[in-house]
Amino acid sequence: MFRKRQSLTQDRVTVTIDGIEIEAESGEPVAAVLLRSESCRAGTHPVSGQPRAPYCMMGVCFDCVAIVDGVASTQTCLTPVRNGMHISRQHGPRILPDVP
Amino acid sequence: MTGHEFDAIVIGGGLHGLSAALHLSRANRKVVVLERAWVGRHASGASAAGVRTLGRAPQELALSLEAMHMWHRIERLVGDDCGFHSHGQVRLAESEADVEKLEERVALVHGLGYQHEELIDRVELRRLVPALSRHCMAAILVRDNGAADPHRTLIAFRRAAEGAGAQIREGQGAEAIERTGSCWTVRVGADRYTAPFVVNVAGAWAGRIAAMVGDDIPIGTKASMMIVTERVAHFIDPVLGAVSRPLSFKQTDRGTLLIGGGRQGIADLDRETATVRLVELASAARTACELFPTIGEIRVARVWAGLEAATSDQVPVIGPSPNAPGVIHVFGFTGHGFQLVPVTGAVVTDLVTRGRTERPINALTAERLMAARSVAA
Amino acid sequence: MSHKFDLIVLGAGPAGMSAARSARALGLDVAVVDEQPAPGGQVWRNVEQATARRAAEAFGSDYEAGAELAGSFRTCGATYLTNTQVWQIEPGFRVYTRNGGDLDILFGRMLLIATGALERAVPFPGWTLPGVMTVGAAQILMKSADEIPDRPVWIAGSGPLTLLYATQLLEAGGAIQGILDTAPRANRYRALPHAMRALACRDELLKGMRWIRHLRRSAIPIIRDVTEIEALGESQVEGIRFRTTGGNESTVPATLLLVHEGVVSDIHMTLALGCRHEWHDAQQCFVPTLDEWGETSEQGAFVAGDGSGIGGVRSACAAGEIAALAIARALGRLSAAEAQQAAHEPRRRRARALALRPFLDELYRPRSQLAHPADDTIVCRCEHVTAGAIRTAARGAAGDPNQVKAATRCGMGPCLGRVCSLTVAHVIADTSGRSVAETGVYRVRPPLRPITLAQLASIEGKEIAA
Repeated sequence: MFRKRQSLTQDRVTVTIDGIEIEAESGEPVAAVLLRSESCRAGTHPVSGQPRAPYCMMGVCFDCVAIVDGVASTQTCLTPVRNGMHISRQHGPRILPDVP
Repeated sequence: MTGHEFDAIVIGGGLHGLSAALHLSRANRKVVVLERAWVGRHASGASAAGVRTLGRAPQELALSLEAMHMWHRIERLVGDDCGFHSHGQVRLAESEADVEKLEERVALVHGLGYQHEELIDRVELRRLVPALSRHCMAAILVRDNGAADPHRTLIAFRRAAEGAGAQIREGQGAEAIERTGSCWTVRVGADRYTAPFVVNVAGAWAGRIAAMVGDDIPIGTKASMMIVTERVAHFIDPVLGAVSRPLSFKQTDRGTLLIGGGRQGIADLDRETATVRLVELASAARTACELFPTIGEIRVARVWAGLEAATSDQVPVIGPSPNAPGVIHVFGFTGHGFQLVPVTGAVVTDLVTRGRTERPINALTAERLMAARSVAA
Repeated sequence: MSHKFDLIVLGAGPAGMSAARSARALGLDVAVVDEQPAPGGQVWRNVEQATARRAAEAFGSDYEAGAELAGSFRTCGATYLTNTQVWQIEPGFRVYTRNGGDLDILFGRMLLIATGALERAVPFPGWTLPGVMTVGAAQILMKSADEIPDRPVWIAGSGPLTLLYATQLLEAGGAIQGILDTAPRANRYRALPHAMRALACRDELLKGMRWIRHLRRSAIPIIRDVTEIEALGESQVEGIRFRTTGGNESTVPATLLLVHEGVVSDIHMTLALGCRHEWHDAQQCFVPTLDEWGETSEQGAFVAGDGSGIGGVRSACAAGEIAALAIARALGRLSAAEAQQAAHEPRRRRARALALRPFLDELYRPRSQLAHPADDTIVCRCEHVTAGAIRTAARGAAGDPNQVKAATRCGMGPCLGRVCSLTVAHVIADTSGRSVAETGVYRVRPPLRPITLAQLASIEGKEIAA
């Protein structure tokens, strides 16, 4: 849906989205990286079950939330990428792990 | 004054007021509900909607058991299931001392002739609530208890009451109540409402209404705080409390977690506000996280505090006014009034239609709270 | 780090930075709290990095002015907390913050809210599909990630930002499939009486006219008098259907639709604090009621910038300076006479900057369809509540948005009404026969930004008295 204007600069980092490695620029919003991928989605809506993707890019709408480094419901438009970051799309309401 | 004469005036548009209006209307009485703000504005709209007989004080236990029967047939009463689910209510013991308290409680209840509270062990507790921290040792369980949806309940009771002929007037705050012959006249601005019976279901303001008819009934105010979280995949069935810590914990139909327990915010009756004290509420969050070790990362969606009346012995006032003939008081539920809603209206109707009730309200009189009798003007 | 300040500023955009810099120059202890990693707010989003990268040329000279202010802001001595969200504010003032997993409570004797504006919600069938975004979002992507749409894009709406982004996109090598102009034709006539006054900002007007000329020369189809739009598709946008005043309906294929119908003041913080608000009819939004220094009905709490009505960058900077003077005076660092004297110049500057507003407000007055979404249009994105459900609830709710919220769950989602509350106010007003001004918006409850249960637990035992 979106592309970089220029090829990535030397500030490159590698992140994974649903296990797939992707190159990004240090400090850019995670949502920007999502919007460059095949499916621009961040996940599915917990109420409607419909797919959702970033809408406002300024932290207001919560349509860009994904699981970032294990933390669910993270607003990806307000989260700068870091090298090695793991991003997974969040489908529906979060599921709790079992009590050990 | 045509159009303003009724068989009963209900002051307070919360759930107990709606229940009174419903039952009275079904007994062919002409009823008006006068609500100062809007229906469900205060305690009823802020309720955790726990539906329990577990842990009830002996004074209200029999009434609560009858209400429980009514909850299990609530659709017949109000035409909607009100989101009521009965996956059980549990009161947790975290230590030996707690377990002792539970055993005493169960002995008390059995001694009164009731069997609904049972003690369960660690194994059964784990099976019932797998998400619970392993340190919890035992619990009291009441299997037919549960919770409902407070807003659906409000809508259902309102619709049923209006369907039975009750009138509901919002934005109508009672300013004065005067004796006129054998009736009471309630003044609201330039309007006058007259009826032989007045039902005082004004929640946190019930003391003020009582004073209008000459009853000096001491009550306090609670501003109990609640947390609701984002939706989570279903993982908890019963509603939970704990013996030695303030806690109420449940997961709604929608998947949100509702965490209460009675930590207090700041009440302002005049401005009709209840302000949350966040640092105080943090303790409720900590308690919940300690009992449920996997919930820490769940997002808080909203916090609030609701205004309600409290009594010194933590059970309500239900019964006729000591001084004012025809005035019936129903208030002071001290944080656990929701479950009693279906039955209080029946009590009120007994008193209005027959002048007495067989339902056990003898320990819930206003007199017990009053320091001295005052003479009606 | 100290937790006690003379002044806490919320927002490091033009108004916040200007106020902080002025307040520091007057000797106050200042903290600035902002949820982004770098200063600039939205209009100057990522200005430091973009300027360093020389990407700023595309964004114009106003943008570059932001870099200068950001530089002097960073060295003014304010305690600047980045990536920090404010999740509650209480009179006194207590500001509850979150930075990553760390929660804290700050105390300020005075408070300046400079959190700016948000896009007006544009609800229409299909607006929740992936592939529908705001023009503001696309511009943020350009500024913060140097990204542009990878295919020709459709843009629908009205307002200076729409023109600006379209121009910037073309200059950046992007492509536009077409523009759906939703500004009602009648607006031009309504705006005309204000044109003379707007000439005080002729450089702004010329800029706008340059953008329009550029677009015309680019031969991009511009469809005027669009009254309704609809995004079509199953799991993402595949097409757009639109209707014009003539009644003509067309459908076009599309994968990305950018929408924009102006910006409105973000009143979330002032609502949380319990400030009084009023309806700004020219801008069709609620704004906090302020005196001539920017003080709200809550003593000691000020607002500067677009949060007090849309006024643009220059007006925001001036307002920040003016508020700082009043705050310094309230704290005894200036006499009333000194404050009045020092305020002359920024007041003049602000008045000049605002001369353009009445003209723009009329020219871009939102189309009435925004206030009357069809029954099956989603209004509350978070809880998926339709306009029809809101209308039904409003009928039984005496026109009170909080009752409608309790009955439908609209406004109970994570955005806390920042997206939906204006639309809901319109729908309720319409249904109950009252004005929007009388109807108002939902009560706002904490947390104002997301916090977890564990994070809430972590403030147990913290000091709440300064």
